[in-house]
Amino acid sequence: MKLVTALIAGLLFGFGLSISQMVNPQKVLNFLDISGNFDPSLGLVMVGALLVFGSGYHLLIKPKSQPLLAAEYCLPSAKAIDKPLVVGAIIFGLGWGLVGICPGPALANVLSGEIKILGFIAAMLIGMKISGRLTRLLT
Amino acid sequence: MTDFTPISALVGGGFLGLAALILLKFNGRIAGISGVIGGVLQPTGDKDWRWLFLIGIMLGPLLATPFTERVDITLDASWALIISAGFLVGIGSSLGSGCTSGHGICGIGRLSPRSLVATLIFMVIAALVVFVMTHWLGA
Repeated sequence: MKLVTALIAGLLFGFGLSISQMVNPQKVLNFLDISGNFDPSLGLVMVGALLVFGSGYHLLIKPKSQPLLAAEYCLPSAKAIDKPLVVGAIIFGLGWGLVGICPGPALANVLSGEIKILGFIAAMLIGMKISGRLTRLLT
Repeated sequence: MTDFTPISALVGGGFLGLAALILLKFNGRIAGISGVIGGVLQPTGDKDWRWLFLIGIMLGPLLATPFTERVDITLDASWALIISAGFLVGIGSSLGSGCTSGHGICGIGRLSPRSLVATLIFMVIAALVVFVMTHWLGA
């Protein structure tokens, strides 16, 4: 059952990325291009997502209780705004700004037929694999 | 140039929030795409739900075809740029413990200061990259 809900959540996520057109890197780049062809759509995607998730979280999720199909909520415990967080966010921003693709839309575009997406994902996986060393350098 | 699409952005964003809420309420897991991918790359751990969630994201856009205009995704950026961007996105999301979904939606939705800081940083950095690329380098 846990696997069914994971699949449903994934399908809804891919559906939402497609409906909101966030699968189109140009929409993302135009959101980031504040002084040029500014397209505020991505901002409203976040508003829509936060309205549903934020209100749902505060109404339905009690972190000390149990999720419906698992023993406990796996929530991040880190609180400090530390060096890995800041450096990681900077590096992520550099990559995201270069082509307008982040991990979710990359996956949602796997079946788009654009072969470069697969190259992006392969490079991303390698980056994730080697990041452990960088984390140790910073902590 | 892309048009501002407020309705589809809000509705699509709402589905992203719903997907994240379902994964948390049922499975007790955060719908951070980079985090879920990172878990698949680990040698051990609970991988089945992760794979199904990720496969769902890949297939989700197919469900959206009746509701949204099909935009053929073509990446004009060079292979070198795509690979560099993917690599940076991989390192940055892993080091910074999250991407646009994990920090931008789930983290901010839970009012996490770490996620708010990370999201502000990667948005500002990405906007600067776009500014330099389009207005200085004319890409």
